[in-house]
Amino acid sequence: MSKSSINGEDLWQKNNCAACHQLYGLGGYLGPDLTNIISDTLKGDKYVAAFLNSGTKSMPKFHFSEREKEEIVAFLTHVDKTGFYPNKNARIRKDGWVEIEYK
Amino acid sequence: MKRDFSLLFILLGLIALVIGVLFGLLISMVYIFPGFFKDIVPFNQLRPMHTSFVISWIILTAIGGIYYYIQHEEKLQLFSRELAKWHFAIYFAVALIIPFSLLTNKMGGREYLEFTPVLILPILMGWVFFGINYYKTLFKSVKNWPAYYWMWGIGIAFMIFHLSESNFWMFDSFRKDFIKDISVQWKSYGSFVGSWNMLVYGTALYLMSKIKDDVKIARGRTTFFFMFLGLTNLMFGWAHHTYIIPTQPWIRYVAYAISMTEWIIFIKIVWSWRKSLSKSDKTTNSMAYRFILASDFWVFLNLVMALFMSIPSVNYYTHGTHITVAHSMGTTIGINTMILFASVSFILSRSKASCKNNQVFQKFSFYFLNGSLFIFWLMLIVLGLLKIDAGNAAAGSASLLESQAIYYIVFVFTGLLLFISILLIAIPMIYRLEPICTTLLYPKTIQDEIDFIEEAEN
Repeated sequence: MSKSSINGEDLWQKNNCAACHQLYGLGGYLGPDLTNIISDTLKGDKYVAAFLNSGTKSMPKFHFSEREKEEIVAFLTHVDKTGFYPNKNARIRKDGWVEIEYK
Repeated sequence: MKRDFSLLFILLGLIALVIGVLFGLLISMVYIFPGFFKDIVPFNQLRPMHTSFVISWIILTAIGGIYYYIQHEEKLQLFSRELAKWHFAIYFAVALIIPFSLLTNKMGGREYLEFTPVLILPILMGWVFFGINYYKTLFKSVKNWPAYYWMWGIGIAFMIFHLSESNFWMFDSFRKDFIKDISVQWKSYGSFVGSWNMLVYGTALYLMSKIKDDVKIARGRTTFFFMFLGLTNLMFGWAHHTYIIPTQPWIRYVAYAISMTEWIIFIKIVWSWRKSLSKSDKTTNSMAYRFILASDFWVFLNLVMALFMSIPSVNYYTHGTHITVAHSMGTTIGINTMILFASVSFILSRSKASCKNNQVFQKFSFYFLNGSLFIFWLMLIVLGLLKIDAGNAAAGSASLLESQAIYYIVFVFTGLLLFISILLIAIPMIYRLEPICTTLLYPKTIQDEIDFIEEAEN
């Protein structure tokens, strides 16, 4: 992880983003899972950056600086590169085992 | 006379439970009123208030029970009451600082330990104090330990390790590798819960042997076999939490095999214990007995759920849904809380200082709690199925929440019932426990008694 991504993860923790959001399905249940939000063609980094300070009905308006927004996006970009969730191309075998797709 | 702090842990635990379920109710409201409380305390601060307090309930009440049982039931001389006093003082201070840290947005830790990370040091210190006191007391006085002593001892030792492990993210070698980091984090949580289960299941086993007045059930081969299976599960059976993370496949194979066995053995022990119980034993400790039997029922339900969730092809769909929450609520309330309520009921039944209790009200509260928990548990499964049906990609979107609003309204209503039912049990327990705590904290000397009698006669 780059220095910028680690700073982004620090911000993720200090604002307890995991209370609402999941990474790999682990975390809170109120907001969407963000594992592959950056590579999502309908969303992506600008979408994430816009939401950070605008908030939603249930999400508070954070007051991140431009640099902080870049760091959070850098963290989520790194997470995105590590794998898939949901793992849509996973192969479910008849014996119950699941072969997941790796990046 | 030296002061005894054991029941203060339980009193603090019960208060933490009341606060924890109150915050649980508040966070559920956000699902139907998205802006609820947002400008006062937003969801990212409300949720850790709920989780921190309910985890504190389980841990504090288990610790208090162990301190109480070894001193007052087993009549062992505690190695150091001073150390126990400092243990309580540290946890009391931490219990005040954690909400301050969360409500003032001074967070920084990971999920379930979101408070400012430096607080992990006094928490660990408390566990070390407890461990020294426990092992020094037991090694000195008891030979041929029954299984519950081993379970408590193992639970304390592994709690120290896994609590430390959950903070490995502070080291660069973990922090710089996201997959390694998230896997170790969630592995530590599985093992951390396994450690407190050792304390709580040890308490269940202790209560069974006391109610039956037969320590043999805690010395049998099956019991020790179960204990080692529990320990294996604690160390290796966590990987079904992380099936979907791109880690090595062997980790998932190991978890798959191990998680199938532990619960079956536990049910077998409880079942054999119940069959051999005489009628008079049942009535002597009726509330403790009822709560232990309720935990048996919840073990069964959660066994079925855990078995299915540990099959990777089922876990693929249930992971990240409210079915996982149903499993955690079933185990923390259905199993852990029932056993801890049994422990508090048992302690209250042993004390002459407790006031007369209303049996009808207690019975009503007991069935109300189990009934409301059952409906709440079913509702979480329904929400999980709805999320699976909608597909994980859509989950969490505002439009999806709006389209499922009716289900969330029912969910919040069942949460309200559960909240009321827990209060109906916890508040009378606080009320009845408080004078016993005072007696243990300020024990009367013989001279005090003489003065009291003389004063009454005059």
